[in-house]
Amino acid sequence: MRFNINGQPMEADVDTRTSLLDLLREHLELFGTKKGCNQGACGACTVLVDGQRINSCLALAVQYQDREIITIEGLGAPGSLHPLQAAFVEHDGFQCGYCTPGQICSAVGMADELARGVPSYVTADIAAEAIDVTDEELRERMSGNLCRCGAYNGIIDAIRETLAQAASADVKREAA
Amino acid sequence: MTGVKAAAQAAMQAVMKKAVALAPDSWIPGGEPDPLIRHKHGLIGAAISRIDGPLKVAGQARFSAEFPMERMTYAALHYSTIAKGRITAIDAASARAAPGVVLVMTHENAPRLNPTPPFMSKPKAAGGDSVPVMQDDRIHWNGQPVALVLAETQEQADHAQSLIRVSYAPEAGVTSMASARAQGPEQGYFRGEPLKLEQGDAEDLLAAAPHRVDAAYSTPRHNHNSIELHAATVAWSGDELYIHDATQAVDHVAWSIAEAFGIEERQVRVTSPYVGGGFGSKILWQHQILAAAASKLAGRPVRIMVSREGVFRIVGGRTVTEQRVAIGAQSDGGFDAIIHTGTVAMTPHNNLPEPFILPARSAYAAKSFKLDVKTVKLNMVANTFMRAPGESVGTFGLESAIDELAFDLGMDPIALRIRNEPDKDPTTGLPFSARHIVEAWGAGAERFGWDKRNAQPRAQRDGDWLIGLGCATATYPYYRMPGGAARIVLRKDGHATVSISAHEMGMGTSTVQTQIAAERLGLTMEQVTFEYGDNTLPGVVLAGGSQQTAAIGGAVIAAHRKLVGELLKLAGNDSPLAGLKPDEVGGFDGGLCSLQDPSRSESYASILARARQDEVMAEADGSPPLEGQHWSMHSHGAMFCEVRVNAVTGEVRVSRFLGSFDCGRIINAKTAASQFRGGIVMGLGLALMEETQFDERTGRIMNPSLAEYHVPVHLDVPMIEVMWTDEPDPHTPMGARGVGEIGITGVGAAVANAVFNATGKRVRDLPITLDKLL
Ligand code: FES
Ligand code: FES
Repeated sequence: MRFNINGQPMEADVDTRTSLLDLLREHLELFGTKKGCNQGACGACTVLVDGQRINSCLALAVQYQDREIITIEGLGAPGSLHPLQAAFVEHDGFQCGYCTPGQICSAVGMADELARGVPSYVTADIAAEAIDVTDEELRERMSGNLCRCGAYNGIIDAIRETLAQAASADVKREAA
Repeated sequence: MTGVKAAAQAAMQAVMKKAVALAPDSWIPGGEPDPLIRHKHGLIGAAISRIDGPLKVAGQARFSAEFPMERMTYAALHYSTIAKGRITAIDAASARAAPGVVLVMTHENAPRLNPTPPFMSKPKAAGGDSVPVMQDDRIHWNGQPVALVLAETQEQADHAQSLIRVSYAPEAGVTSMASARAQGPEQGYFRGEPLKLEQGDAEDLLAAAPHRVDAAYSTPRHNHNSIELHAATVAWSGDELYIHDATQAVDHVAWSIAEAFGIEERQVRVTSPYVGGGFGSKILWQHQILAAAASKLAGRPVRIMVSREGVFRIVGGRTVTEQRVAIGAQSDGGFDAIIHTGTVAMTPHNNLPEPFILPARSAYAAKSFKLDVKTVKLNMVANTFMRAPGESVGTFGLESAIDELAFDLGMDPIALRIRNEPDKDPTTGLPFSARHIVEAWGAGAERFGWDKRNAQPRAQRDGDWLIGLGCATATYPYYRMPGGAARIVLRKDGHATVSISAHEMGMGTSTVQTQIAAERLGLTMEQVTFEYGDNTLPGVVLAGGSQQTAAIGGAVIAAHRKLVGELLKLAGNDSPLAGLKPDEVGGFDGGLCSLQDPSRSESYASILARARQDEVMAEADGSPPLEGQHWSMHSHGAMFCEVRVNAVTGEVRVSRFLGSFDCGRIINAKTAASQFRGGIVMGLGLALMEETQFDERTGRIMNPSLAEYHVPVHLDVPMIEVMWTDEPDPHTPMGARGVGEIGITGVGAAVANAVFNATGKRVRDLPITLDKLL
């Protein structure tokens, strides 16, 4: 089977039962995507498929051939971290680091959902042009990603700061 | 341990303790303060980002199940469905015939193993229980592994496991607290001592007191649920075993596995560079031993990643407690009697009677005490240490009762606590090493705005939401266990490597220890490498009891002292340092200098160049940890909580939380804050949602998943404020007392007390779910 992962074509010969998560970890040695429950309850296995976040433990690899898959390894590496990865380090948005790749991939997917104006359970005005990005809004949208180390405050700080920086960069770009 | 043996050991310990208590301060480790305590403006205390942070956020930190190997096989476990009895037959024919299956292992073909030494039974014992691992047909708990399948892929192993059919001859097990109690409760022992203490006649004084509270509190079973599953990658090469493990005790695991297999400890290598959370759970359970046994039989490497359900079945959690707390007080709030007694569940195969009376031993002065933990034995997976065993649930009872008493007295609950502040340890009489809880209360109350609280319940409301404030004391002891040796190698280019077999589960160990070593040696953090997580390194350090920083500190102090001695010898008479003793010099700016006269100095490079040496090495054992028997050493915190309780639905939302801590010197302001917050978050889970549901008819855990065992998620957690006194403890390494566990203590009561203030309802049974408030 052929896959497109982090912009690279990859091949693997896997069972039809193999999850996208196990494909990444056990067949392609991309161990950055984590397994915390294997049943869609923790979010540690979050990856981006065509820009949308999914729990890769609930996805069968066979269904994801030739889709654009981005894992934590595709976002950045030490020395060239994605802004959100750098913000997680700065704000101590983790302790053990096991839920972290999932939190970061999830936050990248969430940023896109916010930008597209997808409302959430706590969105006060679903008719509004743009979503008011409150901490409550971020927390609700990130609640599928568990952190047993309890680094939630640092995670929200990191996401809030990164979103604000991206927004001000956009404003500058438009002004120029 | 038998009662007689335990009693004899306890008597022996009591004699030793007396001697240590009475010895002069100067004989005791920590009698002379660690010189680092004087360093006020360096790396100690700074808010430094984790040095392994970039690896972790990029997904490049390798956890135990992430080491590829040639010819790897994958394991799946099959668990018993009865709580007690015998296996009469195992039909594994279709599993053996299934595609990709390499091995099916049951008690019939497993290699013969010695019983696992249970935790605390020997210095390096690591077993969660002492049940023989797949050695016979006996079933001890519902969920015990009865078969293991190895296959070429995980999918094949999981499928083959599902084909196994086991027949049992069930026997009547003990699976309810009532039937266990009927068998007769026994005395609980912790760290070799009975969990029992009587001073004065507490029952009489209680009965005579003008004010009293006397209530029953209960807490359910909990599971650690670290997000990383319990996992190991295991391979034999000849008769040497290599385990990439997820563990908080590399040396203990190596020694205990060697015992099980009847081989030498040096034949077992255990590495564990990154651990995805432990909280007490990542010791030695059956899965590492089963994987090693299966690997031996199959002659191939094994990866075992226990499923989330499997973790609930084979890794114990915190046990259930039934507590009575009674306090008798005079009208001015002075305590006449503190009674904290009760019963906890255990198994015949382990030894952790959840010691919930520990806070009551040292938190408050009283004229009399009666403290006692009794145990009953059930057929269940062996309970174990979970973040602040004892204190986390003990403070729920004690600190709720104090709030009840304060309400009855019409007194502010903080004032009541301070009214009973002891000037020496109330039960041992030992002097405190350092105690600044009153300052922590003052600073916390001011920051939180406690003075705006209305003591009357149901006084504050916002639409459907009732708002309440509550507070509680957090407390956790300082421990330092014998940590063995540390090694320091200093190269002539001014780079030092500090090595000790410690652990990084997210506490910040590698960052914090690099900071400390750099400050001690007078180097930059870039000039220091901290090596850990490998049992072949020096030292025997357990990441538990919030004591790892102190244990490493004690060993590094000793190794550093020796290193300085060696350097002074090498420096010789031509050095500006000539004639100085190790205690008279310190590390400064890439070399040593005289503490009296800093102009007398020489760089490491210059000393080693003159001595024509490339490096100098020193290894030494830390001092025996006697300080804990000479002083009463405890950390404290003042916990403040604001809740909003929906008057219609009973939902509880924590809207604000503040922890004001007194934990000695804080070494890294960033990672320590995360430790405090992480503990508080787990405490919010304990208060509001966490419960391992145990079916008392069958002994089976009914919610073995993260979908049904609820832990706090983002939306449950408000911004949590933390602050600290930063008063060094003069008698501990670096002046620090440990920050890993205290955060969870006191939280249950702070939330319950806030719920009372909001609603007027006193919930004495955790978790505080909405049904209890309707
Ligand atoms: S591993 Fe996929 S959600 Fe937990
Ligand atoms: S950092 Fe450990 S689980 Fe989130």
